[in-house]
Amino acid sequence: MNKIKGLLKNLFSNKKKSSTISFGLVIVAFIVMQILIRTGNVSSLIKSLLVPLCAYIVAALALNLTVGILGDLSLGQAGFMSVGGFTGVVVSAVLSNYIDSKLLILIIAIIVGTIVAALFGFLVGIPVLKLEGDYLAIVTLAFGQIIKSLIENLYIGIDSTGIKFSFVNDNTHLLADGKMIINGPSGVSGNLRLSSFEVGFVLILITLFIIYHLLESKSGRAILATRDNKIVALSVGIDTKKYKLMAFVISAALGGAAGVLYAMNYAAITPVKFDFNLSIMILVYVVLGGLGNLTGTIISTTILLLLPELLRGLSDYRMLIYAVILIAIMLITNNEKLKVILEKTKKSLTKKGAK
Amino acid sequence: MSNVLTCKKLGIDFGGLTAVNNFDLEIESGQIFGLIGPNGAGKTTVFNMLTKMYEPTRGTISLNDKDITKLSSIDVNKLGIARTFQNVRLFDKLSVIDNVVVGMHNSLKYSTLDGIFKTPKYKDSERKAYDQALDLLKIFDLSSEKDVLAGNLPYGKQRKLEILRALATNPCLLLLDEPAAGMNPVETEELMNTIRLIRDKFNVSILLIEHDMKLVMGVCDKITVLNFGQVLITGSPEEVQNNPEVIKAYLGD
Repeated sequence: MNKIKGLLKNLFSNKKKSSTISFGLVIVAFIVMQILIRTGNVSSLIKSLLVPLCAYIVAALALNLTVGILGDLSLGQAGFMSVGGFTGVVVSAVLSNYIDSKLLILIIAIIVGTIVAALFGFLVGIPVLKLEGDYLAIVTLAFGQIIKSLIENLYIGIDSTGIKFSFVNDNTHLLADGKMIINGPSGVSGNLRLSSFEVGFVLILITLFIIYHLLESKSGRAILATRDNKIVALSVGIDTKKYKLMAFVISAALGGAAGVLYAMNYAAITPVKFDFNLSIMILVYVVLGGLGNLTGTIISTTILLLLPELLRGLSDYRMLIYAVILIAIMLITNNEKLKVILEKTKKSLTKKGAK
Repeated sequence: MSNVLTCKKLGIDFGGLTAVNNFDLEIESGQIFGLIGPNGAGKTTVFNMLTKMYEPTRGTISLNDKDITKLSSIDVNKLGIARTFQNVRLFDKLSVIDNVVVGMHNSLKYSTLDGIFKTPKYKDSERKAYDQALDLLKIFDLSSEKDVLAGNLPYGKQRKLEILRALATNPCLLLLDEPAAGMNPVETEELMNTIRLIRDKFNVSILLIEHDMKLVMGVCDKITVLNFGQVLITGSPEEVQNNPEVIKAYLGD
């Protein structure tokens, strides 16, 4: 018993406690899920939600880096997911002619999608990060809409002569052996479904690894310092612009990776999937889980994604109840009295562990 | 002895209003220099110009004979000017020791990728930085609070920590903006010893703004009095104390 208490104390007092808890939670959840799947205890509905869940978790963790850790409100995460996702679709469609291994195609697609999303993050970040607060939110919102419109007007096809692009109107004129990859507003059809729960799991671990390690380095401290007080950060020689951009680009890149994972889970996907609502939904996951709290993000994403599905029995009233629950959670977690009680239990737990 | 800081004819206008004009200052190495004057005289504005938070309209600033008038805040700090603020500004949500390590940002020479993959280079410089930060905290008697969030420290210790963070950037000139504000006489006495200790132990020159005359007259080697953005007099504490112009500026006719 004492050993357990000692362990508990270690868990609560260790400086790395939050990262240990996050990794532990994800790994345990994955193992439990795998056991449930193997023993046939998971409905096909829940099974179909596993990959999107992983994708949303990665996107939300990435957004937490901008909104929670850097402290800048961004409403464009769906835009980066879209860039990453559709890049991944094109890459996998091209590679499938040359490579047999599905996993290898997916990995390359994720890497390329991540890089392209990072590039967009960089290009968007330079002008956008000069703004702050509401203005930044509005511009990132506009970015998401622009990306959606761009992809709705994009036609990409491939035939024996190579890849063909056109914009606004379909002028690709593919040969008979050709195939449309992205077909304007109707999006992608006949996509390879390469994503799997296992890959999603690994991607979450990689995301946690990058963000936690970043936070423990001088770059992470510089990002936190910039959030706490920009002027003081400048006065101790921190290049606040550089670190803001760094956080924004990493957030965009991981968002792109999430987008690839998401897009490669469906045979057909339209640009509308990555609209403003998705950005807001991911923002809700982040805010509800707690700004800067990565474990909270994982938990809130899981609960909020599964909740509407579990409420499906209520049919028409489903979203109404969803909204009520959302508001209730916000109110309860911000209740001062409840916070005091939680703090006390936490203290008594650590004290007991110390004895 | 050579000058650490030289300001010549420094001035700044805000719109049509001249806040500081014809400001000359020469600080020798190892000096503790006082900048005093009535409220609104432009003392903090001078600090903001020296750290390039404001762009001076006229004049030049040089640090160790290098012209820094056109440099950014970041580069000025890299070259050796560090400051504290009139109302304590810490990184409230970082721990005490992290506040100090943030100050060492530019002396940590590993890249972001080193940090993400925790290479030996990262581990080595992080360990050194935290050891060094702990030593600094020990000197200032803050080591027992190293893991407390800076925002939760008592006021007097926040002041100390802010000075420490500035020192962690390894400056040759330290600017202290009203370090004794809000302190009782005992704490002020302690602060005077701290200021002397900083000069001797860290080999820095100090420029401080202060309203507490006991502190200013007690620790400063030289004092400049500012009134309505103009230098009234520069001299030793005795000279300043006995100057009729200074008495007039403070007490009126």
